[in-house]
Amino acid sequence: MPAVAETLDTVRAVTGSTYKWGFETDLEMDIAPKGLSEDTIRLISARKEEPEWLLAWRLKAFAAWKTMAEPHWAKATYPRIDYQDIHYYAAPKKGGGPKSLDEVDPELLRTYEKLGIPLREQALLAGVEPSPDDRLPMAVDAVFDSVSVATTFQETLAKQGVIFCPISEAVREHPDLVREYLGSVVPAGDNFYAALNSAVFTDGSFVYIPKGVKCPMELSTYFRINARNTGQFERTLVIAAEGASVSYLEGCTAPMRDENQLHAAVVELIALDDAKIKYSTVQNWYPGDANGKGGIYNFVTKRGACRGARSRISWTQVETGSAITWKYPSCILQGDGSVGEFYSVAVTNNCQQADTGTKMIHIGRNTNSTIIAKTISAGRSDSTYRGLVRMMPKAQNARNFTQCDSLLIGDQCGAHTVPYIESRNATAKIEHEATTSKIAEDQMFYCRSRGLSQEDAVGLIVNGFCKDVLKELPMEFAVEAQKLLAISLEGSVG
Amino acid sequence: MAATPLRTPARAPNAALAAFLTRYDGLRERLPGPHEPRDAAAEVLREMGWPTPKEEPWHYTNLRPVEAQVFHEAVAETGDGTRLIAHLPAVAGPRLIFVDGRFRGDLSALPPDVTTSTFAEGGASSGFDLLARPKRDRLVALNTMLAEDGAIIDVAEGIDGGFLLLGQLTSGQHRRVASHPRHRLRLRRGASLVLLEVSAGEGEYLHNPVIEIDLAEGAHLTHVRLQQESAEAFHLSTVYVDTAARATYDSFSLSLGAQLGRSEIHARLGGAQAAVHLNAAQIMGGTQLSDFTTVITHDAPNCASRQTVKSVLIGRARAVFQGRIEVARVAQKTDGYQMNQALLLSPDAEINSKPELEIYADDVKCSHGATVGALDPEQLFYLRSRGIAAAEARMILVRAFLTDAFEAVTHEGVRAVLEHAVETWWNTTGRAAEALAS
Amino acid sequence: MLEIRGLTATIDDKTILNGIDLTIPPGEIHAVMGPNGAGKSTLSYVLSGREGYEVTAGSVTFYGQDLLAMEPEERAAAGLFLAFQYPVELPGVGNANFLRTALNAIHRRRGEPELDAVQFLKLARGEVKKLAMSEDMLKRNVNVGFSGGEKKRNEVLQMAVLKPKLAILDETDSGLDIDALRIVADGVNAQRGPGFSSLIITHYQRLLDYIVPDRVHVLAEGRILRSGGPELAHELEARGYAGLVGESAEAA
Repeated sequence: MPAVAETLDTVRAVTGSTYKWGFETDLEMDIAPKGLSEDTIRLISARKEEPEWLLAWRLKAFAAWKTMAEPHWAKATYPRIDYQDIHYYAAPKKGGGPKSLDEVDPELLRTYEKLGIPLREQALLAGVEPSPDDRLPMAVDAVFDSVSVATTFQETLAKQGVIFCPISEAVREHPDLVREYLGSVVPAGDNFYAALNSAVFTDGSFVYIPKGVKCPMELSTYFRINARNTGQFERTLVIAAEGASVSYLEGCTAPMRDENQLHAAVVELIALDDAKIKYSTVQNWYPGDANGKGGIYNFVTKRGACRGARSRISWTQVETGSAITWKYPSCILQGDGSVGEFYSVAVTNNCQQADTGTKMIHIGRNTNSTIIAKTISAGRSDSTYRGLVRMMPKAQNARNFTQCDSLLIGDQCGAHTVPYIESRNATAKIEHEATTSKIAEDQMFYCRSRGLSQEDAVGLIVNGFCKDVLKELPMEFAVEAQKLLAISLEGSVG
Repeated sequence: MAATPLRTPARAPNAALAAFLTRYDGLRERLPGPHEPRDAAAEVLREMGWPTPKEEPWHYTNLRPVEAQVFHEAVAETGDGTRLIAHLPAVAGPRLIFVDGRFRGDLSALPPDVTTSTFAEGGASSGFDLLARPKRDRLVALNTMLAEDGAIIDVAEGIDGGFLLLGQLTSGQHRRVASHPRHRLRLRRGASLVLLEVSAGEGEYLHNPVIEIDLAEGAHLTHVRLQQESAEAFHLSTVYVDTAARATYDSFSLSLGAQLGRSEIHARLGGAQAAVHLNAAQIMGGTQLSDFTTVITHDAPNCASRQTVKSVLIGRARAVFQGRIEVARVAQKTDGYQMNQALLLSPDAEINSKPELEIYADDVKCSHGATVGALDPEQLFYLRSRGIAAAEARMILVRAFLTDAFEAVTHEGVRAVLEHAVETWWNTTGRAAEALAS
Repeated sequence: MLEIRGLTATIDDKTILNGIDLTIPPGEIHAVMGPNGAGKSTLSYVLSGREGYEVTAGSVTFYGQDLLAMEPEERAAAGLFLAFQYPVELPGVGNANFLRTALNAIHRRRGEPELDAVQFLKLARGEVKKLAMSEDMLKRNVNVGFSGGEKKRNEVLQMAVLKPKLAILDETDSGLDIDALRIVADGVNAQRGPGFSSLIITHYQRLLDYIVPDRVHVLAEGRILRSGGPELAHELEARGYAGLVGESAEAA
C-alpha cells in the first residue's frame, strides 16, 4: 500500500474537531428580530445614528437587491439560503461604541486574548509581552458580530494623520471622506451579495492614510461571529492618498455550530498616485464538521482601485476556513504604471467548497499584474481557482503573469482551474500557467527516509508548495499561517 | 465572469430559429429515420431557444448575427456542385462529396478499403444519436431536427483505410441557405484512417455539421479539418469522439473562413491508455470571429491528452478558445497538457481564452499554459538585420508561431494542403490586412 | 568604407553616444574597447538600425550611402552585418531555411540571382565544415537550445554565408572558451581581404590576440577618447580603463 494511502486511512478515523477557535462567548446581546425588510434597515441605521444620506443609500441597495438573483455560477452546491431567517444586527450590550479600552466588556477582552489577538495596547507598548523578536506593535480593530468593540492605537496613529476607526465612527467623524469613497469601487448594486451588504452592513474598519504618510504600524481588523443565526456584513474602506502606504491584515473566526452562518462582506481599497496598499487576509471561519454540518458561508466582494499613476494594490490571502468560500479580490488598474498583485493559498478539507480567485482589469498603460494561486484540496472537498485577466484597448504594454497550482490530497476531492483571459490590446502580454498534481511519492519517501513522520512530511511539502504566497504575508502572520495550514489539513493529510 | 442564472429562461424564438422550426413542421414526414429524436430536438429548441452569451459556454460568442437571418432550404443546381468543387484542395485519392448537405455520388470517388453509405440511405435508421447530446448542445439539436444526409463511414477490424477526403460544399450564391449534414464514423478494433474534412462554399449560408466518431480498441484516426467557408458564411460544427482502450484520436482543425465560426469538439477517453490530440489553428482577419471550443473528458485511467491551439489575428478579428479538461475520479494516471497561444498582429484584434481544468482524480499530471501577445520585436529585428524585409520577417515569425500546432500533422499530403491554405490566406487576406494595419 | 561623424544617440532621452567620430576604410579591422556602460553595444545597435534609439546629431555613411536613413534589412543588403552579443532564439524557424531566406532576400535586393535549395545547401555545408560545426546545426531551429558557444559560432556561420562588407562583432568573445574563440577568430580572419572590414567590439584584449586589429579605439562616456595601433589594446590590458579615462579627462 503506498505511503500516502496508508496515512489517509489512519487519519481518516480522526474527526475534524481540530478547530480550536470554536468556543462561544456568553454575552448579553442586543439583537434585531430575524428577517430582512426596509424596517430592518431603518433599525440598523437608527442604532448607528446614521445620517439621512446613508439610510437612503442603504434603501436603494436593498431595492436593487430585491431584483437580483442569487448567483450560482461558482462551483459549489448548498441548500437555498433563507434570507428571512437571519438576524441582521447583533451587538454586545456593553460594548457598543467603546470610548476606550477600559469600557470594553472584560469578557470580550478575554475572548480576543483567547484568540491570540492583542487588544491591550499598554501592555504591548510597555514591552510586557515576552517577544523573541522586535515585534512592531499592531493596531487592531475588533469587530464582534455586528459592531466594532475596540480599536487600539488610534491616538498614536492620529499623530501622523492616519485615521483608523470603525466605519460607523467614520460616518460620524469623517462624513465627507466616507461619502466620497463608499461604494466608489464596489457600487451598491454590483452583485447580489454586495447589494445585500450595502443594505445591511453593520460595521467594519475605515482607514485613511494621508498624502505621503507611511503608516507607522500594521493595521488589522479581527472579525468574530459569535451570536447564533446572525449574519455578518462588515464593510471595510481603505484609502491611501498620494504617496501613502499601508499594510493591513484581517483575520476571522467563529464558534463551532451546526447551523450555517452567512458572512457577506465588502472591502473597497483606493490607491491614489504612488500609493501602496497591502491587504492580507487569514480567513479561518468555522469550516463545518467532518461531515459538512455547519460552517460559515463566506460570500465576499473585495476590490481595489489603483486610481493613481504608479499605485500598487497587493492582495494576499490564506483561506483555510468557511464551509463555502466565494471570493475574488480584484484590482482595477486604472492609473498608468499601476501594479496589482494577488497571492492566494486556499485549503479545503472534509466537505468544504472554495471558489476563489481574482480579477485583474488592465485599463491604464504599462500596468502590471501578478497572480500566484495555490490550491490544496483534501477530504471530500472541492476547490476552484477562478480568475479573469482583461486587457482593455488602452492598456499599452500591459503585462500579466499568472501561476495557478493545485495539489490534490486523497482521491475523493476535486481541484479546478477556470481562468478567463481576454486581451484587446496587441502590445499587452499575458502569460498563464497552471498545474495540477499530487504530492509525489518520491518526495514523501525522501522526507520519511530522513526521519519525518508522514504528517510532518506533508506539512513540509505543502508549506513548500505555498511558499511563494506565504512569503508575501507580514512576518508574524506567515508563521501563524503555516501552523494554520497544518491544522487545516489535519485528519486528512497523506 | 458574468453571473449565469441557474436556468436559462425561455426566449422568444429568433427569426432564424423560427424559420427552422417551421421548416421542420413541413419537412418532418419526408426526413429519413425515426421521428422521435427529431421531435425531441425540436422540443428542446422550442423550449430553450438557442444559446445566448448569458450561458457560460457561449459567454464569448454571440449568435445574434445568425439569428437575424432567415435561411432557406438548399437546392443546389447540379452545375453548382461542379463549380464548387474547385474550392476543395487539390489532393488525390478517394473522396465523399456533399453539396448543401446531400451526398453527390457523381462528384465522389469511393474509397477501396472502407465501407461507406449515407445517412439518407439507411444511416438515419440505425441509431440516430450515437454520441451526440442534442439536449445539452442546441446547435446539435438543430442538426438533429433537420439533418437530411451525411456520410456513414466504417473501417473494419484491423484495416488501414488509408486516406479519405470528406468535402462539404454549400451553395449560398443564389440565396441564403442552410445545411445540416450528419456524419458518422466508426473505426473497428485496430483500424486506422486519415480523414481530411473540408468545409467550403460560396455566398451567404449556415453550415451546421455534426460528426460522431466511435473508435474501438486500438483504432487510430487522424482527423484533419480545414474550415475555408466563404467570407459571408456561418460555420457551426460539432464533433463527438469516443475512444476505447488504446485508441488514438489525432485531430487538427485549421479555421480560416466564415464571418462567424465555432468549432466544438467533445472527446471522451473511455478506455485505458487512449490518447487524444486536439490541435488547432485559427487565422483570422477583417471582422471575422472564430471560436474553438473543446471538452476533453478523461473517463479511464492511464490516458493522455495533448492540445496546442494557436490563434493569429489581424484587423478587427476576434478569436475565442475555450478548452476544458475533465478528469473523472477513475481516471488515475491521467496526463493532460494544453497550450494555448494567441498572436495579435493589429491593435484592434481581440482574443478571449478560457482554458479550464476540472479534476477529481488525485494521481494526475495536468497542466495548461496560455500566452497572448504581439510579435517579438527582438526576433523581428534579428531577421531584418540579416536582410529579410519586414513583411517577410513577420510571415516567417507567424509561420514559426504556428509550427508546433502543425507539427502533429504527419501525413505529408495533408500537411501540404494545410500549409498551402495558410500561404494562400497570408498572400490574400493576411498581407492586405497587414498593409492596412501598418 | 564606414564613416561616422559626430554621432549622438539617446535612449529614453538619456544620451548614450555623445559625438562619435570613426572611420573604417575597406580591408581594415578596427577594435572598439571600453568599460561597461561606455555605449559599445548602443553603437552597434544604432549602426544596424535597431528601434528604440534616437539619433539626435551626426551622420553615418556606408560606401557613400546614408546608413541612418535605411531600414535594417536595407543595411544588411548594403553589406552590413551585426554579430549579436545575445543572438535571438527563433523557435519554429529552421536554421538553414532562415539563412537561405536571408541570403536570397539580400541577393534579390542587389539584383543578383537567387540560390535554389541544392546550391544553398552546398554553400552552407562548406561553411559549416570550415567552422568545425556539426551539420546538424543547420537542421535545428535558429539558436534554440544552442549553447553560448554554439550561438556565437552560428553568428559567424551567418557572416560567412552572407559575406558582408562590414561585420560588427558585438562582444562575440564573451562567454567563449578558448577553442570556440579560436574558431570564431578563424572565421573572421578567413573573410579578411580588401573588400572586408570589421568593427570588433570587446571588453577584453583576448580576442585581439587572434584577430589582430589595424586600429584600436577606446570608447568611454559615449565618445572615442583615444585611438592607436594594436599596442593600445595591450596598454589597456595592463593599465585598465580607469587610468586611461582619467588621463583623457584631465587632458580635456
